[in-house]
Amino acid sequence: MKPILEVENLTHTYGSGTPFERSAIKDLSFTVNDGEFLGIIGHTGSGKSTLIQHLNGLLRPTSGRVLLEGKDIWAEPKKIRSVRFRVGLVFQYPEYQLFEETVYKDIAFGPANMGKTGSELDRCIREAARLVGLQDDMLDKSPFELSGGQKRRVALAGVLAMEPQVLILDEPTAGLDPAGRENLLANIRDYHRNKGGTVILVSHSMDEIAQNVDRILVLKSAGILMDGTPKEVFARGEELLAAGLDVPQITRVAMALRQRGVPIDPAVYTVDELQREVLALRRGGASC
Amino acid sequence: MIETRDLQYRYAPAEENGKETVALRGVSLSIEKGSFVVVLGHNGSGKSTLAKTFNAVLLPSGGSVWVRGMDTADESLLLAIRQKVGMVFQNPDNQIVANVVEEDVAFAPENLGVPPEEIRRRVDEALADVGMSEFVRHAPHLLSGGQKQRIAIAGVIAMEPECIVLDEATAMLDPVGRQEVLSTVHRLNREKGITVILITHHMNEAEDADRVVVMDDGAVVMDGRPREIFPRVDELRSIGLNVPDTVALLYGLQQEGMDVPLDALTVEECAEAVAAALR
Repeated sequence: MKPILEVENLTHTYGSGTPFERSAIKDLSFTVNDGEFLGIIGHTGSGKSTLIQHLNGLLRPTSGRVLLEGKDIWAEPKKIRSVRFRVGLVFQYPEYQLFEETVYKDIAFGPANMGKTGSELDRCIREAARLVGLQDDMLDKSPFELSGGQKRRVALAGVLAMEPQVLILDEPTAGLDPAGRENLLANIRDYHRNKGGTVILVSHSMDEIAQNVDRILVLKSAGILMDGTPKEVFARGEELLAAGLDVPQITRVAMALRQRGVPIDPAVYTVDELQREVLALRRGGASC
Repeated sequence: MIETRDLQYRYAPAEENGKETVALRGVSLSIEKGSFVVVLGHNGSGKSTLAKTFNAVLLPSGGSVWVRGMDTADESLLLAIRQKVGMVFQNPDNQIVANVVEEDVAFAPENLGVPPEEIRRRVDEALADVGMSEFVRHAPHLLSGGQKQRIAIAGVIAMEPECIVLDEATAMLDPVGRQEVLSTVHRLNREKGITVILITHHMNEAEDADRVVVMDDGAVVMDGRPREIFPRVDELRSIGLNVPDTVALLYGLQQEGMDVPLDALTVEECAEAVAAALR
């Protein structure tokens, strides 16, 4: 497994020297591997937003380094813009970023700024639109005529069109209803599988993270609380709850069953898994 | 408290010669004073449009809305209606107008011409009601999402309304923030008898409601207590809603022949039901 992004002893302090001085992240270190699907969870104030803005050079470390493919992204500060083409960041409620006359032109903004032109530019745009499930007939519409969910897809396409090596999504399903959420997550999963790029998903929703990622980084109060697979992380449900984080409701059901003496694997975090375990116990004639 | 009679709402077309969007197709609902009602529906079901008719942010295209016997279409009654029914919207940042928390909470009573000592009393009480008293002189923009929404709620409470409508007010919050807002409004409902109407697509927020109204395509499709509504898994899924994990698990187990009830909504009830079925 090759690292694509490395964070070394990263600290970011806001308002240094003022009464509002606060280190949003303190001495954080971790590695993101090429092709990984990583989930980052943490309560408000844990440093999530600050952290991801460091990964594409929107924020500069107070101390520590961010390495992209082994190179410090701030080694040549004047070239920081090129980092943003390789590490694409989609903010929360990205539809607020839309501004162009047509969907096509809005998606074109990123790749055009990278220097793409002509048929290559057209290819990037159409491919990105396809990846997010936008029909061809949408491309000529004004972004502002679209529904919230469609606008969100356009905004996402705008970042995908730059074909970044790393895609970071901050709460991509915020405000979407269950159907919309599932649709978007399916698109992201397909993107990850087909493009083989690295995807980082930041979310409050434990269920969302649980069902989609290979690895979870749990942030708490400016530092890392846990780093592991979903199984490893949700097995520590009590710790997560104590840290003010949520666990999937189904994990809490599993915990409550264990408290009643039913031998359920602590690492259960999907409804299907728990259903299977319960049915297996019934067949095995378990009693408690 | 609030009554809608064959309420219809149509949005004007986005472009010339386009079609209008029918958001509400004849909704007739009666909200009882002191109740805690959750309105559920996927995006586009009309639930937010409905919420906005409750205090005349939107006026009906057809039919009528009555707040304590006052017709929302009567302009002369607007202030009185809005004093009775307050709204909290989705985006905390769009609702805060002042630089200091107490000034933001005082905004409404000031506009209503309430005397200064009375404003002071209401601001302090409202902040205590939402558990934000220690932030009285803080800058609102430095607060977390959940805290900001609680300030928005305090701003509404300062008007001493009879009803608070929350239009997806937890959508932009993390689980902790969401829980803070929900506990706050439940407490206001229980301790002060304030009617609460919560608009959401998060099913689990309906667990503790007195009544759940489910909307789809501009109409009410289900209306009853949570324990009556949640077990209707197939119907809910067919209109784009999810059921909480607890119900999904029980439903799945029932399909496999296990004798479990479908209305054990909470984590504890669900675990108890499953454990019992295994014994």
